[in-house]
Amino acid sequence: MLKGVKVKEITYLQAITEAVDEEMARDPTVFLMGEDIRQWGAPLGEFKGLFEKYGGERVRDTAISETAMLGAAAGAAATGMRPIVHIMFSEFLGVCMSDIRCVLTKTRYMTGAKTKFPATIMSYSGAGVSAAGEHSTCPYGYMMAIPGLKIVVPSTPYDAKGLIKSAIREDNPVQVLYHQKLISDRLTGEVPEEEYTIPIGKADIKREGSDVTVVAIGLMVHRALSAAAKLQEKGISIEVVDPRTLAPLDKQAIIDSVKKTGRLVIMDEEPKTESASSEISAIVAEEALDFLDAPIKRVCAPDTPIPFSPVLEKAWMPDEEDLLKAVNEIV
Amino acid sequence: MAIEKEKLLDMYRTMVRIRIFEEKIAEDFAAGKIPGFVHLSAGQEANPTGVCANLRIDDIITSTHRGHGHVIAKAGNQYSLAPMVAELYGRKTGVNKGKAGSQHLSDMDIGVLVAEGIQGTALTLAAGAALTAKLRGTDQVVVSFIGDGTLNTGRFHEGMNMASAWKLPLICYCENNVWAESTNIYDVTNLTNITDRAVAFNIPGVSVDGNDVLAVYKVAAEAVARARKGEGPTFIEGKTCRRFGHFQGDTHLYRSQEEKDECMKRDPIPRFRKRLIEMKVLTEKEADKIQQEVQEEMDKAVKFALESPFPDPEEVLTDVYA
Amino acid sequence: MAIEKEKLIDMYRVMVRIRTFEDRVFKEFAAGNIPGFVHLYAGEEAIAAGACANLRPDDYITSTHRGHGHLIAKGGKTDRMMAELYGKKTGYNRGKGGSMHIAEVDIGILGADAIVAAGIPIAGGAALSAQMRGTDQVTLCFFGDGATNTTRFHEGVNLASIWKLPIVYVIENNVYAETTPVSYAMNIPNIADRAVAYGIPGKTVDGNDVLAVHEVVGEALARARKGEGPTLVECKTCRYYGHYEGDTQTYRTKQEFEECRKRDPIPRFRKKLIKMGVLTEKDADKINQEMLEELDKAVKFAEESPFPEPRETLEDVYT
Ligand SMILES: Cc1ncc(C[n+]2csc(CCOP(=O)(O)OP(=O)(O)O)c2C)c(N)n1
Ligand SMILES: Cc1ncc(C[n+]2csc(CCOP(=O)(O)OP(=O)(O)O)c2C)c(N)n1
Ligand SMILES: [Mg+2]
Repeated sequence: MLKGVKVKEITYLQAITEAVDEEMARDPTVFLMGEDIRQWGAPLGEFKGLFEKYGGERVRDTAISETAMLGAAAGAAATGMRPIVHIMFSEFLGVCMSDIRCVLTKTRYMTGAKTKFPATIMSYSGAGVSAAGEHSTCPYGYMMAIPGLKIVVPSTPYDAKGLIKSAIREDNPVQVLYHQKLISDRLTGEVPEEEYTIPIGKADIKREGSDVTVVAIGLMVHRALSAAAKLQEKGISIEVVDPRTLAPLDKQAIIDSVKKTGRLVIMDEEPKTESASSEISAIVAEEALDFLDAPIKRVCAPDTPIPFSPVLEKAWMPDEEDLLKAVNEIV
Repeated sequence: MAIEKEKLLDMYRTMVRIRIFEEKIAEDFAAGKIPGFVHLSAGQEANPTGVCANLRIDDIITSTHRGHGHVIAKAGNQYSLAPMVAELYGRKTGVNKGKAGSQHLSDMDIGVLVAEGIQGTALTLAAGAALTAKLRGTDQVVVSFIGDGTLNTGRFHEGMNMASAWKLPLICYCENNVWAESTNIYDVTNLTNITDRAVAFNIPGVSVDGNDVLAVYKVAAEAVARARKGEGPTFIEGKTCRRFGHFQGDTHLYRSQEEKDECMKRDPIPRFRKRLIEMKVLTEKEADKIQQEVQEEMDKAVKFALESPFPDPEEVLTDVYA
Repeated sequence: MAIEKEKLIDMYRVMVRIRTFEDRVFKEFAAGNIPGFVHLYAGEEAIAAGACANLRPDDYITSTHRGHGHLIAKGGKTDRMMAELYGKKTGYNRGKGGSMHIAEVDIGILGADAIVAAGIPIAGGAALSAQMRGTDQVTLCFFGDGATNTTRFHEGVNLASIWKLPIVYVIENNVYAETTPVSYAMNIPNIADRAVAYGIPGKTVDGNDVLAVHEVVGEALARARKGEGPTLVECKTCRYYGHYEGDTQTYRTKQEFEECRKRDPIPRFRKKLIKMGVLTEKDADKINQEMLEELDKAVKFAEESPFPEPRETLEDVYT
């Protein structure tokens, strides 16, 4: 993928910063608002330096008013700006959910295309840092159920930068969910020196294989890759498909992989019920059942809130072992 | 403040257009010709009329479930009623291609950004539009019409706080018709003057007789001037009342007969007509003529709607993404 | 208002207990012994101590992400709190909640909540319950300046006002919400003025003066108990540490920091009590010593307690 281009190694966090920075430099209608982005560059620091560079008009702190932020993002988007709104932890999206479900994503349709909403919402998702029940959620499934919303979930610095840039340029509302553990673990990876974007709606095969397809999302991509390496030693060849975009979902990439391997495991850091894994299973059952040689397996979190204690949280999160077990059940 | 004769006549015509529109819709809804929910603004015409007479076409308003009057007033009298009527009839020729209906009737081409059915969402959206004006350095003004019931939603608080903290060119105009559905505002708000809500944001809060179009015009003019000069938001309460129920089909038995009679007596249209005649801006005959012309206009608009095709079923799938 | 000697000493003890707890958490967090996020209450002790000294055991409080002080002042035990922070089975919430989510309904602690302002409507519900059950219990609802810009503040206080709920809102105005100064987030000098919007009394008080807090909140609680409805009390204060542990606080000037330290409510109250003849230097030192020992024990308890069993992850979802 990166053959023949000049590359550099950056962290997942830097990738986010660079994406927003480059788009702000490129397009004066792009602006950023959220809580504590001027001083901290947001709590995990992904917008650091942008206030100094672009000033307080375009890098705006807000009061703790998520509904006003989301509503204002919609209003600014509909009148010619490209707002990026940072709703810190994805559980806070619940605070302003009707502004997302109704205003931002339905209005274009309801006005018969008289409006458009090029707004980007950026939030932390994910567990693994003992942040307890309200700061650890991956809201994939329930956000996928919002028509009109696009959702990107980058798992690497390369994907983060390319997808966030596309999200900002996109003429539709896009929710970006980046995993806080990938930030705190300081994940690094290569990105081109040159400018690039990644199209929204395209999955990426993170590892090719022939025996089992593992569709993994966000942080789970990394767990799937390390499980795949172990399985390889046992002679089981895993294909890891990273959807990267959950809406619109790249169904074809998933179906093509299943056609090749005949087996599907979905690894998703959400309580199982109504998760992204539910939708992916349903699609494959509906459209590629004949190609399956074994039942679909889902490696998800249990249907409980997310516990605080590291011991409990570890038990809650899907991990490599859970995946190995699921694969062993079907090969 | 002297208002030009032209403008006065324009305002009168706008009010008549809104009234005739609403009454015809009431009739056709009762006859089963209009699908869905319909909330009528008859009785409240002076509010959007007086406010929008201060606005330019590039200024922006946001509207509500009770929004027909806002759209008619913002558009101006030269704008045809036909696409609006067609929208209510669910036709392909409707302003929003039959996807909005009564509650979401809006048209950015004339600066009606949205009409929202979730109470309060339009106000925060309006703050965002005002932020655009500020960021771009235009002198556009945004007016968000809300109902009294919306004062108690969190979005009112967050949106007004944002507008105040950022000095946005936003006017929140609350049409206080005393009722939110069947709930009396004074049962759910522990205030005598709802303008006290402005204290929480340290911005001006002004109350006006919302059935006196010239009083509304004047108060709105000051607020619009303030906003245009970058002096920040204003909260205005227009005291008014609705002639119909909350929605068509509502028997509004929760209102006393006395209160309803009182509302009928406070009708802003004959009141303004009388005033204009006293001011010698209008004669009885001219006023009747306006009535007649608008009636014909509305009949034509309805005919247009009825003759328009319904949208094609395939259109269900269009307009989701830009 | 004359306060009994016992009560004065109690308030002092509570303040010292909170400070000692927070200083210890600061240390243990830095040493990597406490997982997750921690927001310390140090500097704001006078508010929780002064306000809660008016409460009965059967009254309620709701708390925030910065909640340790509230819980201690309402009678939370430092060992079980510490165990919760350590993620242990013996913690108040069996390791499932952690620092931001401690609850113990039996002693009236309805819970800390990490969603800013989530406690406001919850407090309203508890107060409504007391009103409907015909008791004279009151609810004390703590939250920060930042919370007053949220939906839940507006909707919660409005409902409490129209229903005349027995509730006192205590705003801890420590001048910041994370890094955002109050003066940036809202355009009003005294947050207590927001009371006008709901037709209820609003009072501003020095939140670093425990007796002043005690008195103003006490009056408000008396009104609430009599069925006269809610009050908004704004306590002006400042925080000793960062927003959370790990915050470098580059947004605060050194001068501001020093001023905050100078306003420390604990030495101030200590001095006052000594002057009043309620406490001697020796008594005061003894209290400090006792608290240090208590916290040593609390940490030991936490350290020696077992972690929960992994299978407990699946428990407690439903009643
Ligand atoms: C968030 C939300 N809650 C409830 C409703 C249902 N509802 C529709 S209109 C209305 C009353 C609105 O009252 P008000 O704001 O005074 O406007 P009016 O109808 O008087 O013009 C309610 C409660 C809604 N649309 N949105
Ligand atoms: C709904 C929501 N938005 C944002 C946050 C992130 N957050 C946690 S604490 C905090 C600041 C709270 O400020 P304040 O209410 O003044 O309390 P303080 O921390 O000063 O005690 C913010 C923004 C949150 N927890 N919940
Ligand atoms: Mg604060």
